[in-house]
Amino acid sequence: MTPAVSFTKVSRHFGSVRAVDAVDLDIVEGEFFAMLGPSGSGKTTCLRLIAGFEQPTSGRIEIFGENAVGVPPYRRNVNTVFQDYALFPHLNVADNVAYGLMVKGVGREERSRAADEALALVKLPGYGARKPGQLSGGQRQRVALARALVNKPRVLLLDEPLGALDLKLREQMQEELKSLQKQLGITFVFVTHDQGEALSMADRVAVFNDGRIMQIGSPQEIYRRPATRFVADFVGSSNILPPDFMQRYAGQRRWGSLRPEHIRILAQTAGDGVPARVAALNYLGAGTRVSLDAEGLRLHAVVDSGGALPSPGDDVVLTFNRDHVHVMDEPA
Amino acid sequence: MPSDRTQRAPIGLKIAAAAGLLFLHLPILIIFVYAFTTEEKSYVWPPPGFTTQWFAVTWNRPDVWEALTLSVQVAAISTVIALILGTLCAAAISGTSFFGRETISLLVILPIALPGIITGIALRSAFSLAEIPFSFWTIVLGHATFCVVVVYNNAVARFRRTSGSMIEASMDLGADAFQTFRHVILPNIGTALVAGGMLAFALSFDEVIVTTFTAGQQQTLPIWMLEELVRPRQRPVTNVVAMVVVIVTFLPILAAYYLTRDGDQIAGSGK
Amino acid sequence: MSALAADTRHAPAILAGRGGVFGAMSDWVWRHPTMFLVLMLTPPVLWLGIIYIGSLFALLLQSFFAIDEFSGLINRDFTLKTYGELFLPQNVDIVVRTVLMAALVTVASAIVAFPIAYYAARYAKGKWKAAFYLGVMLPLWSSYLVKVYAWKLILAKEGILNWIFAKLHLTFVLDAWLALPIVGGNSLSVSYTGTFLVFLYVWMPFMILPMQAALERVPGNLIEASADLGAAPRQTFRNVILPLAMPGVIAGSIFTFSLTMGDYIIPQIIGTSRLFIGQAVYAHQGTAGNIPLAAAFTVVPIVVMGFYLWFAKRQGAFDAL
Repeated sequence: MTPAVSFTKVSRHFGSVRAVDAVDLDIVEGEFFAMLGPSGSGKTTCLRLIAGFEQPTSGRIEIFGENAVGVPPYRRNVNTVFQDYALFPHLNVADNVAYGLMVKGVGREERSRAADEALALVKLPGYGARKPGQLSGGQRQRVALARALVNKPRVLLLDEPLGALDLKLREQMQEELKSLQKQLGITFVFVTHDQGEALSMADRVAVFNDGRIMQIGSPQEIYRRPATRFVADFVGSSNILPPDFMQRYAGQRRWGSLRPEHIRILAQTAGDGVPARVAALNYLGAGTRVSLDAEGLRLHAVVDSGGALPSPGDDVVLTFNRDHVHVMDEPA
Repeated sequence: MPSDRTQRAPIGLKIAAAAGLLFLHLPILIIFVYAFTTEEKSYVWPPPGFTTQWFAVTWNRPDVWEALTLSVQVAAISTVIALILGTLCAAAISGTSFFGRETISLLVILPIALPGIITGIALRSAFSLAEIPFSFWTIVLGHATFCVVVVYNNAVARFRRTSGSMIEASMDLGADAFQTFRHVILPNIGTALVAGGMLAFALSFDEVIVTTFTAGQQQTLPIWMLEELVRPRQRPVTNVVAMVVVIVTFLPILAAYYLTRDGDQIAGSGK
Repeated sequence: MSALAADTRHAPAILAGRGGVFGAMSDWVWRHPTMFLVLMLTPPVLWLGIIYIGSLFALLLQSFFAIDEFSGLINRDFTLKTYGELFLPQNVDIVVRTVLMAALVTVASAIVAFPIAYYAARYAKGKWKAAFYLGVMLPLWSSYLVKVYAWKLILAKEGILNWIFAKLHLTFVLDAWLALPIVGGNSLSVSYTGTFLVFLYVWMPFMILPMQAALERVPGNLIEASADLGAAPRQTFRNVILPLAMPGVIAGSIFTFSLTMGDYIIPQIIGTSRLFIGQAVYAHQGTAGNIPLAAAFTVVPIVVMGFYLWFAKRQGAFDAL
């Protein structure tokens, strides 16, 4: 099947800054795709390349198999929900939503019917006559979403759409976006720096760093088997094990990662294992996170809060099952 | 300097501020009184009597009408040119960041930052070097040059508020450059342009220093007034003209204020 | 909703665009943003760069010519002779007189403007604030010549000022002032005092708005903190308010100073027969036909303003504009 969006060796340089550097990427039709990374990692530039606000310095971009390089944004059947929503302050909500249809020459009646329908879809029925200035942040966000969806785009781009909302609203919107995407079957491409958001919403996640994609995979893959130290560090709370440590305790000289829940803490007298000293305890509810100093590393383990807990300053030994150690692709 | 505590101003400050404002307004009010005086040979105060006859006399003076017509024409055309040049400049400056933008801003502000006499004599000597005879258009040339800045100042502030993402949003929704200009940019900067245009009109309508260098034999209303100031001939007519000029310039200033008062920068604060 | 979900799958990913001349032009603009920028900047830059800057350069060039003393014609050979003439005693007098007057007007403007700006910034709220704003804007924008004319009426011998002094039986005070050397004269309208008053009136409003802008950025709690720490109002004023208002004062003074220095109409109508720079420029280019000397005279305010702006920039005054 033709991918919805396809990047082939796409680069975007601003002077000497490589915002996007030789990125290969295929986004499957109908999937909810997240681009995750810290600020300046190139994820937003990638989104803007799809929307057409940026042009690649080199490489090829296809949207449903059609060449998109050199095609202006207004000729792409792709719509964007902007981070600051970018609603038009001089138009009321209905006219904002109908804007795309208006510039395409759709008649007034059909426009207003489509706008009403889109507003109902985002749960803002009857808000058409208001001005954007009279809406709350969450409502503006819904209007921005309706304004994009009313055009029936083949791909919907969302640039940190939940960043400005408070926690409760954000969780609610996450669910709504997810169900909306399932319902409409439109390909969603979602940019975020929040790994929790990416992992909970997306079908697949691309982790960006320094203009490159570190790893693409399902949330489970990214979480359980991070490809590089960066991914392990950025996405999860995994312990990163350097090659020396790995050689001594896991039998191969490679970078590795180990989930905190897979580390067991034993009394020093228990025998073999990694000698360590307990640095601190953090009560997390069901589990307690134990910070440990071992071999010059800071490791974290999560143990059942109900069991026996060590105390800070205790000397202990750590054991783990070698099968639980994930070996990363990164060269030693 | 907003303060959370409701404080009363010290009485001394109140008096000083009120006195300062009175100092600004009383002389203008005096003009209004003189327009009705019956005295025609001197500036005697208090006026010996009041009459409205000078309004009729002024109304029937062809030289006043000619000067007024010329001033309005010059101001109108200068305003149109200033609107075009100022808007282009503001759009280019705010849309992108390029190395020369500081220079461009300076270039726009210079004609009003340098004393008017310098602009005037520079234009005059350039006209004489290039052997351009004085005409209606030499006046317009000078006026448009210093009017650009008021349009530019108003437009630049509004362009800044019309965020780049709004233009991108428009294009994203399928509007090409012209549609974006018509449906998004123009409605957002419209009132700022009207305000800038009104201020430019007021500025041009009132200008005298540059005009004395670029006008040749033609008389704009301010030049007519200047003649009367240097060699008073018809004092009552001058009084009436002065009062009318005050009223006529107040209107665009008030209109510009009401058009832009909700914005981040109110028109006219940078004459 | 169902309609939104339907038929999206078969829509094209790349649309045709609206075509035609506008479509083609729009595509061109989008593909060549830099060219478009250049295209937008060309008219204003041509106008200001060629007409205005060109004229300024022509003027500057003329200042390096000299007038032939016998024929009265301009000799187009490069010379510094005209600049030398600037240093003749009578011309130095003109420059000193003008710069001194501009400085005095600036200081007086700051003093008169401060209470208005301070009250507007700190105490005026809502409708009053708007009233203050318009109260400053309307005189600022009302006709320059009308304002000068108003003062001609006020300062006339038979005018309102003399009448007020007479009614208050204070005419002797006015006479005593006019009897003073330099600031005095036959009447107010032909004295430096008169010139000064009109300059102050006409240019002072330009001081208020930048000052108010600077004062509005002083947090109110800073003043309260100073008072809470036991500072007397005078100390608070000197150590807190004044330094913070300074950038606004300097920004405003750029206008009052520059405008006073370049004015030739006010001293011509109200004041003594001694010349200011503006009048000298006007006289030399006009009846005397000595454009080189007029041009050299205009360089003086440019140089003075250049130093002034450089100083103001170092004080951070431009942030208050």
